[in-house]
Amino acid sequence: MNTNLYNYILGIADNSLILGQRLGELCGHGPTLETDIALTNISLDLFGQVRSYYQYAAKIAGDDRNEDTIAMMRPEREYVNVLLVEQPNTDFAYTIARQFLFDMYHFMFLKELQNSNDETLEAIAKKSIKEVSYHLRFSSDWVKRLGDGTEESNKRIQNAINDLWAYTDELFYQTEADEVMIVEGIGVDVSKLKEQYYKQVSEVLNEATLEVPDLKYFQKGGKQGIHTEHMGYILAELQYMQRAYPNMSW
Amino acid sequence: MNDLMIEHADIDTELIPILDQVSDPEIPVLTILDMGVVRYAKLVDDLVLIKITPTYSGCPAMDVIGDDITTAFKKAGYKVNIDLILTPAWTTDWISEEGRKALEDYGIAAPLEAGADKDVLLNGKQLVKCTNCGSQNTKLVSQFGSTACKALFKCEDCQEPFDYFKCLK
Repeated sequence: MNTNLYNYILGIADNSLILGQRLGELCGHGPTLETDIALTNISLDLFGQVRSYYQYAAKIAGDDRNEDTIAMMRPEREYVNVLLVEQPNTDFAYTIARQFLFDMYHFMFLKELQNSNDETLEAIAKKSIKEVSYHLRFSSDWVKRLGDGTEESNKRIQNAINDLWAYTDELFYQTEADEVMIVEGIGVDVSKLKEQYYKQVSEVLNEATLEVPDLKYFQKGGKQGIHTEHMGYILAELQYMQRAYPNMSW
Repeated sequence: MNDLMIEHADIDTELIPILDQVSDPEIPVLTILDMGVVRYAKLVDDLVLIKITPTYSGCPAMDVIGDDITTAFKKAGYKVNIDLILTPAWTTDWISEEGRKALEDYGIAAPLEAGADKDVLLNGKQLVKCTNCGSQNTKLVSQFGSTACKALFKCEDCQEPFDYFKCLK
């Protein structure tokens, strides 16, 4: 089995799985019907993309692993999503800020992954980017509405951006598997996207009349499987059914 | 079935009547051929090989569509093998003319061209026609509607809400 490729795929897919799970928590709890539906639709897109990645990972593993066991049965330390996506739905502003900070990265990443030497990753990227361009529109739009809205909405989205900013640098951190995949022309060199990311994020924040945080210290660890305290709770909910009733299906 | 559809997909003519019986479970007025999700259908010896592609990655209709295709071919006396493919990625351009008309009659506004779609969703331009009264005095309510492929609109004249099928290129 090509361990680097397997780990590389998980590094992409786990972000979408955990963010999709976070958004799924809002099903029936969105602040308005329209935003509720939008957030769960984004969640559904992410889960759809995740299935394609995990199916491919299972094929590479070539053993008794399948998309479900990869998604549901790993211990916490084996999930390699970035810390940003596991942060909680503190309020609507946090949900939107987290989405926006991830969508901008996700869109830029998929744009490059379309040029991957790996045919399957290229195909998934070409499919997913169409969906993610809608996610980015949605979240950018809401950042502007909240930032340039009322005093209260401005305060809340600014707080959320300030708090979540510490998790943005990790998006551009590269693991060993990432490095190998870049050399082989399969993976994306995300370090090259960093400058452009902060530039484009700042443009939206400026338009939203929000301050761009000035931070020197950033959090990381998720890509090595070292997560924040929130991760255990997410996995408890995500894995409960498969742990309680192994191999159950609907 | 229009020419565009045949141009982009590789489907044996004799299999078309069977495929035409299978409709999209979420938009039952459309057949899967109208939607353009069937990319390949060939009879090889006594086995029908079919390739379908999802409209959106997370489209929950794909499993049902697969089952419905299997049932339709079984009924017609064929064995069938279905593959899900991702490339080339589905685009709203593959919805047939008949399909677009069926959508409109069903109350879903058909997708506009990419440029116009962007103007509608981002710049608030009034280009989508109300499926109820035909007025162009319409307003975007949400970029995501009842399913991932649709946006929610409202007519400012007749006040009816309706779905718009988003352009996907």
